[in-house]
Amino acid sequence: MSAPTDLRYTRDHEWVRVDGEQATVGITQYAADQLGDIVFVELPDAGRDLEASKPFGVVESVKAVSDLYAPLTGSVTETNERLSANPELVNSDPYGDGWMIRIRVADLADTEDLLDGPAYDDLVAAG
Amino acid sequence: MPYGPHTPADRERMLTALGLDSVDELFADIPADLRATALDLPPPEPELELSARLRELAGRNRADLVSFLGAGVYRHWTPPAVDQLLLRGEWYTAYTPYQPEVSQGTLQSIYEYESLIAELVDLDVVSASHYDGAAATAEAALMACRATRRDRVLVSRGVHPQYRETLQTYMHGLELEEIPRVADGDAAGTTDLETLERMLADTDRPVAGVIAANPDFLGLLEPMPRIGELAHAAGALFVAVVEPVSLAVLTPPGTYGADIAAGEGQPLGIAPQYGGPYLGILASTDALVRQIPGRLVGMTSDLDGKRAFVMTLRAREQDIRRDKAASNICTNQALLALAASIYLATIGPHGLRDVAATGAARAAELESALAAIGVERIHRGPYLNEFAVRVPEARTVHRRLIERGFLAGLVLADAEPDEPTVADGLLLATTELTTPGDIARFVAAVQEVLSGRPPVGVETGAGVEEPTGAVGAAR
Amino acid sequence: MSVTGEKLQPTLFERSRPGRGGGKIPHPPKDALDRLPADARRATPPALPEMNEPDVVRHYVNLSQLNHAVDTGFYPLGSCTMKFNPKLNEWAARLPGFAELHPMAPDEVAQGTLQLLWELEAALAEISGMHAVTLQPAAGAQGELTGILMIRAYHRERGDTERDEVLVPDSSHGTNPATASMAGFKTITIPSAADGGVDLDAFKAALGPRSAAVMITNPSTLGLFEARIGELLDAVHEAGALAYMDGANLNAILGRFKPGQAGFDVMHFNVHKTFSTPHGGGGPGAGPVGVGERLLPYLPTPRVLRLDDGTFRLERVGERPTSIGRLRSFVGNTGVLVRAYAYIRAHGGSGLREVSDDAVLAANYLKSRLADTFDLPYDRPCKHEFVASAASIKARTGVRTLDIAKRLIDFGFHPPTIYFPLIVDEGMLIEPTETESIETLDAFADALADIAAEADRDAHHVKAAPHTAPVKRLDEATAARQPNLRWRPMAGAEMPCPD
Repeated sequence: MSAPTDLRYTRDHEWVRVDGEQATVGITQYAADQLGDIVFVELPDAGRDLEASKPFGVVESVKAVSDLYAPLTGSVTETNERLSANPELVNSDPYGDGWMIRIRVADLADTEDLLDGPAYDDLVAAG
Repeated sequence: MPYGPHTPADRERMLTALGLDSVDELFADIPADLRATALDLPPPEPELELSARLRELAGRNRADLVSFLGAGVYRHWTPPAVDQLLLRGEWYTAYTPYQPEVSQGTLQSIYEYESLIAELVDLDVVSASHYDGAAATAEAALMACRATRRDRVLVSRGVHPQYRETLQTYMHGLELEEIPRVADGDAAGTTDLETLERMLADTDRPVAGVIAANPDFLGLLEPMPRIGELAHAAGALFVAVVEPVSLAVLTPPGTYGADIAAGEGQPLGIAPQYGGPYLGILASTDALVRQIPGRLVGMTSDLDGKRAFVMTLRAREQDIRRDKAASNICTNQALLALAASIYLATIGPHGLRDVAATGAARAAELESALAAIGVERIHRGPYLNEFAVRVPEARTVHRRLIERGFLAGLVLADAEPDEPTVADGLLLATTELTTPGDIARFVAAVQEVLSGRPPVGVETGAGVEEPTGAVGAAR
Repeated sequence: MSVTGEKLQPTLFERSRPGRGGGKIPHPPKDALDRLPADARRATPPALPEMNEPDVVRHYVNLSQLNHAVDTGFYPLGSCTMKFNPKLNEWAARLPGFAELHPMAPDEVAQGTLQLLWELEAALAEISGMHAVTLQPAAGAQGELTGILMIRAYHRERGDTERDEVLVPDSSHGTNPATASMAGFKTITIPSAADGGVDLDAFKAALGPRSAAVMITNPSTLGLFEARIGELLDAVHEAGALAYMDGANLNAILGRFKPGQAGFDVMHFNVHKTFSTPHGGGGPGAGPVGVGERLLPYLPTPRVLRLDDGTFRLERVGERPTSIGRLRSFVGNTGVLVRAYAYIRAHGGSGLREVSDDAVLAANYLKSRLADTFDLPYDRPCKHEFVASAASIKARTGVRTLDIAKRLIDFGFHPPTIYFPLIVDEGMLIEPTETESIETLDAFADALADIAAEADRDAHHVKAAPHTAPVKRLDEATAARQPNLRWRPMAGAEMPCPD
């Protein structure tokens, strides 16, 4: 299973879809599978400023917990409200309905630092 | 070794299987210079002799005194069913229900405990239990700080002094301030609301939580709804410290708007045992479910759809979240939570009300009998089953009453040396175990002591100044 | 088989019928509560169940039979030390002189218990090689907090306020980093060396002027003695830090290794492990803490003091201002400590050493019996417990450690601790203890071999286990996504009770 090629990735298994100044962020299928049944996602409120590589939230499964790291510096414009009632969307549709936050990116040049699909696949394959 | 199964032949067989001559070889990895010197302990003691030793030690305690001591720990009638059920090995020799398929007994009992306490406190979420009332109160304070992202907590001086000391220990690095008591008047002894309001008004230092107890340490009923309003108006959470038996008859914390309830569950069928093990009650509103520390058990189903119970929201806990856990708590007090549940199930809602109301009735009898001999309450406000009286030379009187077979409550100067308003006070509690006869004999003894007469047939000892002197006679 | 059959019970609330029960307590006078202000009184009584005693008894007896326990069968839960709980100790703790004693009773009426506590402190100090012991902490985790707060006080008093880091190996119990955080420290996690021991070089590299303490479990959570512990302790002290020993595994080294003698500054005891006080379904425990001389001033209050005339007393409020204070109300979990005292007395010095010898011998024997079936990642003598891994079985058959654990239930055994320590793939931590016979150890090894063979033959059957337990595997995801944490009539109606 390879990661979608239209997205960018962090080494901490977040994905980013850049659309103009806006970026949508979630976690990869690989990360969701590793965590198992996700039961809770804690996300920042809209308006909060995020700094690249710093934690912005938490994702919990039945037996594990993981911090979420901001892929880019920017401010949160929207969070996926559906995840509070349906955290399992992260498992069932990580790149779609399981998205987590949207941010207004401070500097689009930063996206160049992120991995592309094949590079992320290599990262996962290397364990 | 008294409880081991291995015969010399068994040990030999195991060593042979391992290709070893001696068990010492299995300890060869301990560096020679770090090996222990021999254990300098008494030789093994056969059960027969050990039981005599234990009986003798227990006999040196004076558990025979007619007691009016409460101060956070209360004697109650516990139906023998409670202890007989606790002594089933399936309960007390099991461990944390990590494997739910073979732990449904413990899991369901914890779920039922959570439900029973939720009814008592009128809140939604009850942790599977903490160490004791003091530790639960400390966890409540930390919880308030996490939930509000503030670091200043106000605690009423009406909260048990040992709970306040515990808070001090747990709250290092955070700010803990005490709300004074009202000095005089009708509200004397209770939380000073005007000062509280002023403390909350300091907006540069926003308050995470306000902690008050009902009944408070002195037995007084506190203006809990008002304290809650003041706390909420300042954006702080309200933590109520409660005594569970009283909740059969007193307004529960959920009803007067408390966000968190903490308290000591000992009165629910648990013996005093000189300090523990007890049962720390910690409960909160649904909104705080992810902030509450400690185990939680929930209802779910198995693969066949059968109803079953399981530890849940585990990701808050230390074994998963490690340094980011809500608390380092690992075990709860499962066996004590079980005792409390069996007690509540056996005694029932009407029984619990009778327990609380009888204690209150006896307290009123005690108050008027003492007033009749000139021993008056220190405070005027309402109380349930515990109150403070003013007695000249309280410590000496207390001591003289022990000689007469009475434990005259608590010498308040020992418990709160920094509280001049109760300097010559005794804190007296009654429960359903207090009989009218106890009260009559006690009051007569108090009168005797105050009038300076020696007890019948007993020489008064010297050394009444210090509470720890002449105890040689007890040995 | 220890847990079989349909014993599932309705809840107390479903058993309740209005009007049942009563007769335990005489009714108080009708006006007993009239003197209370109306607004202080509860408007509606709590909806507690109404039951008669026979129903209560059946409820709890039947529920108890759904549990696996040491008294019903083998319980090799690694790291937890599920050994026999002597019945004498239950009797002793219930003696009225111990049980009915109020914790705020004056010292003069508590001399028996105070003497017992004082003697227990002395025995624990001797066992650990520590200078003094506090009995106050209510559990091992609270003992850890006590120890770390004392270390914090020690550094502060020396003006050493820059030390804000606590170093732990990655094999540590989760309580270690959680405790460090609670005490306001940052946790630095050090990966283990390939042989499972502490990575001495990595520790040395991480130690420095910001290090407050190192927390080490020895023997480690892998059941291995840290052979380089002497060097590690030297490095810790050289860096100006203090060494905390997590005493969870002290039961393996009684009479063989005294942490205080070896140079540890502070440790906690888990009396429910080493000294066999009952686990109670998850508590109560007690977590006494021993300290070397340096931390003596900071011990929690109140300490038990022995006076010149041979009597005992508790420290009074404010008597020792250097103390870190109290961690809980009263002196400690005395009822638990009475049991620990009885256990130590029953064994004496020689018996305690035999406890460790037999526990270690049994673990090594069982480990050798599993060598053909499981991966044993650390090929050297273990102490009281060892890690076996089902990684090869999983690669071959798809059957995971979790499945094997669940299948053990069908054989009448409680599963070992699984997936801990976190550093072993498909690990199970097995601790047989010294009170299990060689017949039991053999039967357990045979069962694991059978299950491994079954995994090759019929993996599906193993993965669907347990088959004979009261319930199948549980839906833990729904339990966490839509928590039902208390009884409400509606919730029960949606999920009917078993009859």
